[in-house]
Parts: sequence; C-alpha cells; structure tokens
Amino acid sequence: MELTVTDLSIARGGLPVLTGVSLRLGPGRALVLRGPNGIGKTTLLRTIAGLQPPLSGSIGLPPEDIAYAGHADGIKPTLSVTENLRFWARIFGTGDIAPALGAMDLVALAERPAQSLSAGQKRRLGLARLLVTGRRFWLLDEPTVSLDVASVALFAGAVRAHLAQGGAALMATHIDLGIAEAEVLDLTAFRAASAAPAPGGFDEAFA
Amino acid sequence: MTALLLRDLTLALRAGGGFGLSLAFFLIVTILVPFGVGPEGGTLGRIAPGILWVGALLACLLSLDRIFALDHEDGTLDLLATAPIPLETVTATKALAHWLTTGLPLTLAAPVLGVLLNLPVPGFFWLTLSLALGTPALSMIGAFGAALTVGLKRGGLLLSLLVLPLYIPTLIFGADCVRRGVEGLPTATPFLMLVGITLGSIAILPFAAAAAIRVNLR
Repeated sequence: MELTVTDLSIARGGLPVLTGVSLRLGPGRALVLRGPNGIGKTTLLRTIAGLQPPLSGSIGLPPEDIAYAGHADGIKPTLSVTENLRFWARIFGTGDIAPALGAMDLVALAERPAQSLSAGQKRRLGLARLLVTGRRFWLLDEPTVSLDVASVALFAGAVRAHLAQGGAALMATHIDLGIAEAEVLDLTAFRAASAAPAPGGFDEAFA
Repeated sequence: MTALLLRDLTLALRAGGGFGLSLAFFLIVTILVPFGVGPEGGTLGRIAPGILWVGALLACLLSLDRIFALDHEDGTLDLLATAPIPLETVTATKALAHWLTTGLPLTLAAPVLGVLLNLPVPGFFWLTLSLALGTPALSMIGAFGAALTVGLKRGGLLLSLLVLPLYIPTLIFGADCVRRGVEGLPTATPFLMLVGITLGSIAILPFAAAAAIRVNLR
C-alpha cells in the first residue's frame, strides 16, 4: 500500500495555488515538502488528509490510513498530558499510551495539566498523539515549530522508528531533520499559473 | 464515542468549562421576574410556564457557541475529522454532552425554581416532563447552529439569530404543554408535537451538522 497523488490541483479560499502535483510515497519512505510561504504546503497536506476536496486529480489512499498533524495540536488545557493522550488513543482504538509518552520524553510531565506546559512541550504532546493513532501514513505540517534541538532529534528518532516499522511520513518543514532516507519535493515548480478564481470557486462553500 | 462524551463532560466540569453558567442564568431570570412583575400570586402563576420555558431556552442558548468553537480553535476538530469515528457521531455525541451539562440540570432545577414563580401544583409534573423531552431538541438544534458558524470569529451573534427561529416551535409546544397541564386541559397535542420535534431533530440534525462542519473545515 502506498500513497499516490496524481495530477492534483488544489485551491485555497477559491484560488488555485498548486496544479499538477504528483508524488508517490511507499512504506518506509519519507518525503519533505519545500517551498516558500503561501505556496500551498498546508493546503496540500489538508487535501491529502481528506479535510478539503481537490479541484482535480486523485489521491490513491483512503483518509482512514492517514494521521494528520496540523499547526494546532488539539490539546485541551484543563486536561493532563495523560488524559489528553489517552483520549486520542481511545478515539483511534489503540490501547497503550506509555510508549508514546516515553518516545516524546513526556513521562515526567504525565500528570501536569496541559495548560502549564511550555510551547515546545505542548508540541511534543501533539506529536506523541501521532504515535497513539496507529496509522501508517503521517502528514506533518511544520512538526518542529517551537521544538529545541534535543526535541527535534527526539522527533527525528521517532520518525525514523516509524519508517523502520513500515510507516511513511509526508512533511512540510523548513529545517533539516537529519533523516538520511528522506527525499525532498520542491513545490515551487507546481505553482498555479493564474491567480484567477477557480471555475465555480466561490460556489464551493455552498456545495 | 464514549471517549468523546467523557472528555466533553470532564471539560465542562473542570475550571472554565462553563458548566454553571446556564444554570446561574436560569436562576437569575426566575429570581428577577417576580421582582419585576410584582408579588401578585395569580399573575405570576399564570405566566410561570412561559417564563420558565423562555428562561431555560435562553440559558441553553448562552452555552451553544462552546459546542464546536473551542474544538475548532485548538485544532481538535481537524483531528476529529480525520479520526476513525464518523463526523455524524461526533456531532451527535457533542450535542448529547451539551444536553447532559445544560438541558438536564435545567430540567432538574426547574421544579425548584417553579416554586419561586408560584407555579400551580399540577404544572410541576408537566414542566419537568416537557423540559426533559424538549431540551434535547434545543441541544441538537443548537449543535447544528454551532456547526454552521464554527469557522467564524465571534460567531455568537449569528449563531443566536440562526437558532432562535428554530427554537420557537419547541418553545410554543413546551410552554403550551405546561399551561394546559396547569389548567387541567388535555395536553396530548402539544406534548406529542414537542416529542415529535425532538425526535425529528435527533434523527436529521447530526447529519446536517456534520455536513456543515465539513464545509467549514475547508
């Protein structure tokens, strides 16, 4: 099973941002999306995750195989780290949260309410959520924002372990995670030519 | 589904969850009305069914924008939309959690507050029954309205305006049910209409709310 994206065109706010994007991502592979701000990295990831429909093209993987991690981590400030993580483990039907806590170095913080965590610690909790989803294809949108060097290394290790278990990761990031097997896809080449509204673009909201 | 329900209940009961807000509002309304209307028992008893229903409805309205807005702000809604449970289940579960933390406490508090309004004795049974069976519709319709306005900043005003006309049938039949109960008239017609609205809302609106969220997440 691999993620195939064929000739995909996507729009943000009714305006096409990327056209003709094609990529393949097999088990054990990682692909890094590069491109300047506003090129459509987030929109591409959200489209592949099934959160918004593409203008055209096809995505050869059901959204049920995908774990998406966006800019916001979905953390409830009044719940503890353990409660936050256990909630997602139960939603995704996986049991044990201990390995995820360990992998993201959250054991010492397990009983702290999430509102008392620093930005980087919240981010680590958000990334630990990926580990309890049990899904193979990770879509990561700027996963290393507000992480320090040690935490980036920790996260890179978690991604590498995930790849070694037959998982795959598609990520938009500006920094080098030091994952040797990662390929890089520069999205600048797929920038949509015109900034004209897509056909029926504004009707989409009412579709 | 249980996980989501338990999490929503926990969040509502923890600090800043807004659990007491609706109840406090309901209490304030029913305490202030006798002061405003005057102590004449006959008048109060006559308007009590309407006041109690309007108070419960407005108290319910007060907490609606919390149903989805907080989950949207912190990204939980995006993650729930990509989770293995269907979005229809999410909307129905969140409406149920809203009812358990708003509609149910209002129903339980209403008979106590009915005393303050000099509600005639036969009304207490019908008040509790009509609120118990009518407030689920308020939660479900409210969840639908909250889903429609979920992406909007400060969508509370629009939400109230959208939801208010949809609440009117429930209010009419709910209050009428209590009034007829008080006067000893047959209550079957408004009662069945009330239950019908509730059942119809529960059957249809989870799907409508899920569709609205999908559009708003784009």
